[in-house]
Amino acid sequence: MRTQPSLLSLAIDTAVLHLSHFSDLSPLPDHILLDLLGRTLKAGKLNEKVLNLFMATGKDEILSVIQALNIQHVLTPVLPTKFGKMSVVNIKDSDVDIIIGALRSDLTSFMNEWRSIFSRFHLIIVKDPDLNEELKIPEGFNVDVYAKSHMDHVVGSSTSVLFSGYSCRYFGFLISRKKYIVSIDDDCVPAKDEKGFLVDAVDQHIMNLTTPATPFFFNTLYDPYREGADFVRGYPFSLRNGVMCALSCGLWLNLADFDAPTQALKPGQRNSRYVDAVMTVPARAMMPISGINIAFDREVIGPTLLPALRLAGEGKLRWETMEDIWSGMCVKIVCDHLGMGVKSGLPYVWRRDRGNAIESLKKEWEGVKLMEEVVPFFQSVRLPRTAATAEDCVVEIAKAVKQKLGPLDPVFARAAEAMSEWIKLWKALGSGSLPL
Amino acid sequence: MAGSSIKPTPLLKDELDIVIPTIRNLDFLEMWRPFFEQYHLIIVQDGDPSKNIKVPDGFDYELYNRNDINRILGPKASCISFKDSACRCFGYMVSKKKYIYTIDDDCFVAKDPSGKEINALEQHIKNLLSPSTPLFFNTLYDPYREGADFVRGYPFSLREGVPTAVSHGLWLNIPDYDAPTQLVKPLERNTRYVDAVLTVPKGTLFPMCGMNLAFNRELIGPAMYFGLMGDGQPVGRYDDMWAGWCMKVICDHMGWGVKTGLPYIWHSKASNPFVNLKKEYNGIFWQEELIPFFQSAVLPKECTTVQKCYIELAKQVKEKLGKLDPYFIKLADAMVTWIEAWDELNSSEGKPAKLPNGTAK
Repeated sequence: MRTQPSLLSLAIDTAVLHLSHFSDLSPLPDHILLDLLGRTLKAGKLNEKVLNLFMATGKDEILSVIQALNIQHVLTPVLPTKFGKMSVVNIKDSDVDIIIGALRSDLTSFMNEWRSIFSRFHLIIVKDPDLNEELKIPEGFNVDVYAKSHMDHVVGSSTSVLFSGYSCRYFGFLISRKKYIVSIDDDCVPAKDEKGFLVDAVDQHIMNLTTPATPFFFNTLYDPYREGADFVRGYPFSLRNGVMCALSCGLWLNLADFDAPTQALKPGQRNSRYVDAVMTVPARAMMPISGINIAFDREVIGPTLLPALRLAGEGKLRWETMEDIWSGMCVKIVCDHLGMGVKSGLPYVWRRDRGNAIESLKKEWEGVKLMEEVVPFFQSVRLPRTAATAEDCVVEIAKAVKQKLGPLDPVFARAAEAMSEWIKLWKALGSGSLPL
Repeated sequence: MAGSSIKPTPLLKDELDIVIPTIRNLDFLEMWRPFFEQYHLIIVQDGDPSKNIKVPDGFDYELYNRNDINRILGPKASCISFKDSACRCFGYMVSKKKYIYTIDDDCFVAKDPSGKEINALEQHIKNLLSPSTPLFFNTLYDPYREGADFVRGYPFSLREGVPTAVSHGLWLNIPDYDAPTQLVKPLERNTRYVDAVLTVPKGTLFPMCGMNLAFNRELIGPAMYFGLMGDGQPVGRYDDMWAGWCMKVICDHMGWGVKTGLPYIWHSKASNPFVNLKKEYNGIFWQEELIPFFQSAVLPKECTTVQKCYIELAKQVKEKLGKLDPYFIKLADAMVTWIEAWDELNSSEGKPAKLPNGTAK
């Protein structure tokens, strides 16, 4: 039988979760400091900043523990990534929300795999409203969980259908108040790079979002802002400042994001190629933006990631959805129009084997057919110059969808409606004080 | 991995010429011997024609110096640069093959991360023989590579791709930086091996480097004029850039693709950044005007061949860039001369100068 934790113990546990908010630990009594240090180490939350916090207290016992454990300042980034600390670009951990759509109830192994990377951030986990079981989430995270009841409360039960399946994460995007969002499917775990180091996907996404994008001219050495790279000869100097990067699209090792026909044809194919590059996808180039591993600047592009295109037979496997592809096409159009960039490439995540492509194909091939209508539509969409914000742009796209695609298939008419509905929601609930 | 065995890449040894501009002995070819020996080389000797260029034994080559160029082209030889590697495009013109690979004489065989030597020519051939996908970006890069494919959401109607006109390779060690960047970062070396080939999307321009470049001469040859550079010209080190921008506009118009990425070669020599700065100086300013010009260039539907496209482009260069500097008037004239020379040298073998307009999907 476990004894109830004391109030002090609970307070120290909470402190561990909020370490990133503290600027000075010296007022704490020695024995509490020691306890805090111990629990920080156990939770895997010791990083450069936190270590400095403890050392700055100047307390002998703390310093001798640090020495005894041989904890040292690292001159290269603490987490095994080549890409530099977030502190270099002045981003606070508290500027980031990690939003996970839970389509399975047991998130234990998922969260444990990501612990060393996720644990310093605030997490929002949104449960698929169609999932009946209780979510199992391990301890030690700063996490808020939302389920159907919250959705019903905030948007009403008729609107909460917008958030079924993979679209549940959009509820998280809606109510988050952070500048940067990172969102990863719950069947992905951290990947290892070619050197065998664990890839800090969050760090890389933030790096992508906080360095400029270069959509107006292609740099043949890819991202010129990466260490060891630069703009090549012939790259116009006036374009070297770049523009803001609004979206960062990561990739997947092992089970790549193929559609069902492709994976069914090559059931054994797994992606083992680690391409060490990030690049800006040029303006006006269309691309399939997968929702499996993305990050975005919510402040500039938030309303554009939206739950709109729902296939009639949409299922709980990516092979049975197109919602992210549709959303991504909208995001790219809007970014192109507003002069912002979209990057693609690193980071990789490792996507676990799941599902059966042939089964999915039997069930749902409608998505593949629909893309044929979707592409010419997006090629021809023109946004008026007066559309100066992401919201304005979405409204315009919705209008065009209703007009041009609506008559072709009811799924498009519903998508147009969902987009308008979404913007109303966003305007009402997407900013200001939290609706919950 | 399940699936059929990978087909070997055809050598194309009777369909591909290797064009090398040089002013010194070609000892670097020793390192390339296992990869180049089966191919015919076209060596364009720049600079003093009385100098004797030594080519290692065993290579099948033809060599042209300035005297040859003058003899063959007569007055039209004025379009071929002197004292600049831009003269290499003469090699494209006299070649009779379908494909060209051009490489600089300070480029060597690179090694991939596993330590294996990279057969650059083989990779270029792979790139040229498989389609490009300029109309929709594939996030897993070249879908035709083993181990890759089109991702979810990629429209099926676009999966056939279009013919690949150009394969643009990259460089390890000394990166292709301009003079200002070289001055600021003299020690930077490109050590990052990016294991990808990708198609540059339609409507997007890029800086095409001529150090490690292959193309389908039958498709795009006439557009690969490397301009007027070097001796007596106000600019240098923009030859390949110029060709690349013209080429891309025309490829976009004709519905062909351009790939960039693998293969890597090892670039060994860093040229003097102060000398480069003097050469590039005008180019650095001019490119600010050139880029918008090329980005907005529109070729009329009547331009159904590469030559027609190129002549039209020359007209627009004269009209719109002539006021930037009189050099562009000269350049526009040289572009026309180039096409005239190309047609003269190439139509006599019965190869049609006119090529069908590729269908853009």
